[in-house]
Amino acid sequence: MTALLSLDGLCQTYVNRPDLAERAANLMGAGYRETRVRAVDGVSLDIAPGEVVGLVGESGCGKSTLGRMVAGVEAPSAGRLAYRGTALEAMTPDQRRAWQLEVQMIFQDPFASLNPRMRIERIVGEAAVVHGLIRARDRRDYVADLMGKVGLAADMMTRYPHQFSGGQRQRVGIARALALKPRLIVCDEAISALDVSIQAQVLNLFEDLRAEFGFAYLFISHDLGAVAHIADRVAVMYLGRVVEIGAADDVFGDPRHPYTRALLAEAPRLDRRAQDFTPVTGEIPSPLDPPPGCTFHPRCPVAAPACREIVPQLQPGPTGRLAACLRETGEVT
Amino acid sequence: MTAPVLSVRGLRTDFATRAGRLTAVDGVSFDVGPGEVLGLVGESGSGKTITGFSILGLIDPPGEIVAGEVVLNGQNLRGLPEDAMRRLRGDRIAMIFQDPMMTLNPVLRIDTQLIETIRAHRDVGREAARQMAEAALAQVGIPSPAERLRAYPHELSGGMRQRVVIAAALMLEPDLIIADEPTTALDVTIQSQILYEMQRLMAERNTALIWITHDLTVVAGLAHRVAVMYAGRIVEMGAVDDLLDRPAHPYTHGLIHSIPSATPRGERLQPVRGMTPSLLNLPEGCAFAPRCPRADAACKTRPEERRIGDGRLVRCHHPLESGA
Repeated sequence: MTALLSLDGLCQTYVNRPDLAERAANLMGAGYRETRVRAVDGVSLDIAPGEVVGLVGESGCGKSTLGRMVAGVEAPSAGRLAYRGTALEAMTPDQRRAWQLEVQMIFQDPFASLNPRMRIERIVGEAAVVHGLIRARDRRDYVADLMGKVGLAADMMTRYPHQFSGGQRQRVGIARALALKPRLIVCDEAISALDVSIQAQVLNLFEDLRAEFGFAYLFISHDLGAVAHIADRVAVMYLGRVVEIGAADDVFGDPRHPYTRALLAEAPRLDRRAQDFTPVTGEIPSPLDPPPGCTFHPRCPVAAPACREIVPQLQPGPTGRLAACLRETGEVT
Repeated sequence: MTAPVLSVRGLRTDFATRAGRLTAVDGVSFDVGPGEVLGLVGESGSGKTITGFSILGLIDPPGEIVAGEVVLNGQNLRGLPEDAMRRLRGDRIAMIFQDPMMTLNPVLRIDTQLIETIRAHRDVGREAARQMAEAALAQVGIPSPAERLRAYPHELSGGMRQRVVIAAALMLEPDLIIADEPTTALDVTIQSQILYEMQRLMAERNTALIWITHDLTVVAGLAHRVAVMYAGRIVEMGAVDDLLDRPAHPYTHGLIHSIPSATPRGERLQPVRGMTPSLLNLPEGCAFAPRCPRADAACKTRPEERRIGDGRLVRCHHPLESGA
């Protein structure tokens, strides 16, 4: 089966050049330099039709940037992104349009991602009209149908976003994504801002929609419990790179990378009482100045001297799991 | 049992809004003992934060504490004059907020802020206060504390700022700390570091801690007792194991079953249906009844607090059998 979407060595580098004042100061020897951040550093990942891929990691690890590139919000600075087997550069205008419509994104903040001055009917239905999926006079019926699918009453479409609760707004965001008949939905922390009971309702909705339409999801979240619940495969990111990837049951059941192990050990769980918190030390290093070698080595409990020099590649270890750790690949014992 | 550090009885806080008067905290009673961690759990709008603010006397108009007692070490704080309250805050009771920038002044260095706090409550010189501040930073696991003291808040990461705020709260060794979602905005590894420090310091100093959160999983690992709030009332309160393993109130049951990690993979979650009611428009009787699978005609009358088997308090006409 061909992948719906495939990424190969995808990178995103943000460059901050000295501004006019700083360049002027440089003439007098101030020494402001260009700074570069590799937000995403060589990520390769395939998503099959109907597959749910979870992307986990802490803030600043590049998971949102990766999601934005997949959805076409940002262009990658290097690497290959292919949709239905065609690389971004080689796409015909029709293929590019198909990619842009069929990959939709749902954002974290249901308060910031809906235009406060538009009624729900227009928020949900406008793109479908503009792109010729439906005729303008069919918009009302089309939106009414979508509202039903996400569990909102059809007559609510005449309201404005401020008249909805957080959970309802997130449903509006989902209806807006559905309106373009997507094949892949990028959910960027789509349930993080919601109350616990509403989170569960929205997670159930994602699963129902998947069963009905066969969507693939790229489910980006820092909530390991939610990812373990919904994802088929999981990729763990640290400082711009994927450090481990595999089937969700395998990664959560038997993590191979020390960072994955630390994340799982520290995630609070309902069945863990009177927990003795024994945290991994230190914080995520600045992506402006990442450590040499394996970027996790300053915090790693099993780091060896070689980890300071060799950049580990994502390779299958003894269990066949892809993990970027020298201990897994046998280069350090 | 030793005397509680804090004893709250029948606390009620109202807010006068343009749309009418609403009761954000409605007859809340609980005790916290020395060295005890009480998890105060609820969703947005449940009144958990306002309960914390009410204990500290931080309710400003249009809000008003209309009834109840807040007794700290035998002293009733209600009706205490504002300057006496000011001396207590930061000294005997401290509060930690979700956003550390609510506590820290962005234009002052860390040392200025901590030294000012110490000297407001203790009769010590600048240098002695600086040393106390440095020791407090070291205690919460901040590396090179002397250097961090000279930093401005924006120079520190989110996790470091929250540690500074915790250090400020602990500095004067208060009897009670109220922590309002202090780790919600942090990453798991940083959250775990902070929970570790809090747990250690509370045990060392026998400080009472009220941990306000929406996250039952954090409470599971940290708290000794848990109180669950819904629409301004405590609906269930008991020892952490009893309450999480055998919830008696249908709302507690629903919250637990909304957590993905508690449900086996591939199984559907069974969340509470519907959404939190507006406090302006609460249903008569039990506020949870419209969302409750067990509700019947009896729920039209307000359920009183009652005690079940293991000393747990439940406010429900039809508690789950498993809890009895």
